[in-house]
Amino acid sequence: MKEKARILDQEAVKRCVTRISHEILEKNKGVKGICIVGIRTRGAHLAGRIADCISGIEKEQVDLGVLDITLYRDDLTSISQQPVVHKTEIGFDITGRNVVLVDDVLYTGRTVRCALDALADLGRPCTIQLAVLVDRGHRELPIRADFVGKNVPTSREETVEVRLTESDGRDEVVLKERGNE
Amino acid sequence: MIWTRKDLLGLEELNREEIELILGTADSFKEVSSREIKKVPALRGKTVVNLFYEPSTRTRVSFEIAAKRLSADVINIAAETSSVRKGETLLDTGRNIQALKADVVVLRHGFSGAAVMLARKLDISVVNAGDGWHEHPTQALLDIFTLKEKLGRIEGLRVCIVGDIAHSRVARSNIWGLTRLGAKVTVCAPKILIPPGIEQMGVDVGCDIEEALSKADAVNVLRMQFERDARDAFPRGIDYFRKFGITRERLKKTGRDIIVMHPGPLNRGIEIASDVADGGSSVILEQVTNGIAVRMAVLFLVSQAHDKRISAD
Repeated sequence: MKEKARILDQEAVKRCVTRISHEILEKNKGVKGICIVGIRTRGAHLAGRIADCISGIEKEQVDLGVLDITLYRDDLTSISQQPVVHKTEIGFDITGRNVVLVDDVLYTGRTVRCALDALADLGRPCTIQLAVLVDRGHRELPIRADFVGKNVPTSREETVEVRLTESDGRDEVVLKERGNE
Repeated sequence: MIWTRKDLLGLEELNREEIELILGTADSFKEVSSREIKKVPALRGKTVVNLFYEPSTRTRVSFEIAAKRLSADVINIAAETSSVRKGETLLDTGRNIQALKADVVVLRHGFSGAAVMLARKLDISVVNAGDGWHEHPTQALLDIFTLKEKLGRIEGLRVCIVGDIAHSRVARSNIWGLTRLGAKVTVCAPKILIPPGIEQMGVDVGCDIEEALSKADAVNVLRMQFERDARDAFPRGIDYFRKFGITRERLKKTGRDIIVMHPGPLNRGIEIASDVADGGSSVILEQVTNGIAVRMAVLFLVSQAHDKRISAD
């Protein structure tokens, strides 16, 4: 995998998180009724940042949860690497809430479909909205994001790698391409 | 760490990482049982057969609930009401279950090694739910899981196992699992119930319950299995209780809080006093709850590994 371009740097990631937080508040007319749920692993980190940002703007805590979708994957038997089951940590009732689901990259839409199934087993939210740092296209399911950090047109030969300080030591998003170094 | 075994037959063959993987996976599964909708689709379309040649309620129900919370379909076969009565061998029964395209057999059998034999002959996953005096791995895993949850670690813990060590598969599995994770195990029982050479498993032996308790962080009280042994040589009932029963006085004497575990079913007033079983240091019902998470983890891991093997062929 060859690194082709840097799509977002640390400052750009920060600006995306700030803008998405404002958009969430604008769309939901404030913090009331909303909760932020991140998809493990990097979606959870982003969700934490968005929740912090929203709390900073509104001076009010917002509920934050983490969703592990391993058990809901439709490719459990075919993926080559054995998945490790982690905990879902949502310590509040999502019924009647406006759930903002957060992930790092939106691609085929299959991860989001799993997350929707997982959320449906936890309760009946009023709405589920989707926030992603990068939308790279190539959807295989009728799913779209409500809040997007950056739209990046890609080819299927490329991959988008999101690195976040919490798990990777720094903030950046890079575009990689299969091929010889 | 990747789980590669299609079966779970005992803890003796597992390394530390494998045991920790099961415990970690169980920890993630525990949350599912606290939901309003207690179900995840991880084993949707899989069939789990509980094949029980010995009476059991708690283990069978626990496996059944675990499989159902993973969305698997469950069939229960009790030997007394099956073709076993007509003389069918274990292996033939197993082959038939495989021919019915089940994915996992959970086997409880009176002969040590029954699960190992069946696992070797079948392609589908076999989970040992207790074989003779050999092993009962999921019971030990749920005991260890509960201990870890209560005390935060296993490494360096001092665990006393008291009761019929010689005929207990629960004791054997616990000894393998606990020692592999770095706990210090003492077994305590009347001499006649301690098998010769048990020290080779890496445990200390004691015949004085008060002394054993004084050095323990937790005590696992085994059920006196009178139904298994017709000999008259060992102390029964009230005699046993007087010498080895876990009572409030004995626990108090240690001056510390000792966690009390029991695999069930309880013989109140024989191996454990009623007020201890129901008291604040008892985690007996938590063990039952944790058993579901542990069995979910085991069913999930073995069927994952089995599917991987098929797709690799």
